Amino acid sequence: MMPALPAGAQRRKTIPLKARIHVTLKNGVLDPQGKAIGHALQGLGFAGIGEVRQGKYIELEMAERDPKRARESVEAMCRKLLANTVIENYSIEIEGG
Amino acid sequence: MNAAVIVFPGSNCDRDVEVALAHSMGRAPLRVWHRDSDFPQVDLIVLPGGFSYGDYLRSGAMAARSPVMREVIARANRGVPVLGICNGFQVLTETGLLPGALMRNAKLKFICRDVYLKVETSNSAFTGGYAEGAVVRFPVAHADGNYYADAETLKRLEDEGRIAFRYCDPRGRVTAEANVNGSLGNIAGILNEKRNVLGLMPHPERLADAELGGTDGRAMFDHFVRVLH
Repeated sequence: MMPALPAGAQRRKTIPLKARIHVTLKNGVLDPQGKAIGHALQGLGFAGIGEVRQGKYIELEMAERDPKRARESVEAMCRKLLANTVIENYSIEIEGG
Repeated sequence: MNAAVIVFPGSNCDRDVEVALAHSMGRAPLRVWHRDSDFPQVDLIVLPGGFSYGDYLRSGAMAARSPVMREVIARANRGVPVLGICNGFQVLTETGLLPGALMRNAKLKFICRDVYLKVETSNSAFTGGYAEGAVVRFPVAHADGNYYADAETLKRLEDEGRIAFRYCDPRGRVTAEANVNGSLGNIAGILNEKRNVLGLMPHPERLADAELGGTDGRAMFDHFVRVLH
């Protein structure tokens, strides 16, 4: 009798790819939150900090096995929901496969 | 006249706008749940304020992709008037029915108080009840009301007379001090190209009854009854 696979191994088998998505404000779009973070860091004594921009990080597990198709699919997700392209840019990394 | 108020999980001004509409229309508007992909034909669709889907991802982002919005977008494109108040305005920009985006307030605070607005155009079903240049007092209650659009879009809005309301002082002067949230051009509300979609951050429904301290919002709802059949 085969020993049962640990949960993690089973998962890796069915979900081979992971997408890592960064969503950031476009250049020229004011980022009051980034500015406030910069001021707070200065207040804590961290010197030499230039502009601070705040963004979002999203991680997705995907059943898709082909990295190229996975990227295309994540591109569509970014355009349709994950980023507001009026004000935000996005970048995608596909890991695994 | 009949109207529909779209209700998302997290909407919290749906009742207020229903009361304001019912007062003017003499009948209750329909309530339409976000999962409904179809609803009866109406003369006006309202997207109320609140925190639809908990403001997850971005204010209005989830609601803009809900089943009911597919139908709202199709009807707006056919010319049905759509009014988005506060979160409703955020939903409208997220769908692309209105240009630009509503970002975090410049001072990062949730702002809840009455503001003065200058009516910039009377040329719409939403603003026809006001004289151009009139100063009205509506409450605001939002954290993400800082209107942003690129320079080209702003110019188009200006040139086409699609800025409906601007934040101003009590005397109608559009000043930096009167700009509660950092919006470009003090913009508080805009129209789409066909002028059948209005989004605004302030709440006309919250000052539409003397019992609540003011009636400046009433003219918007009363005017609907005159022009929408």
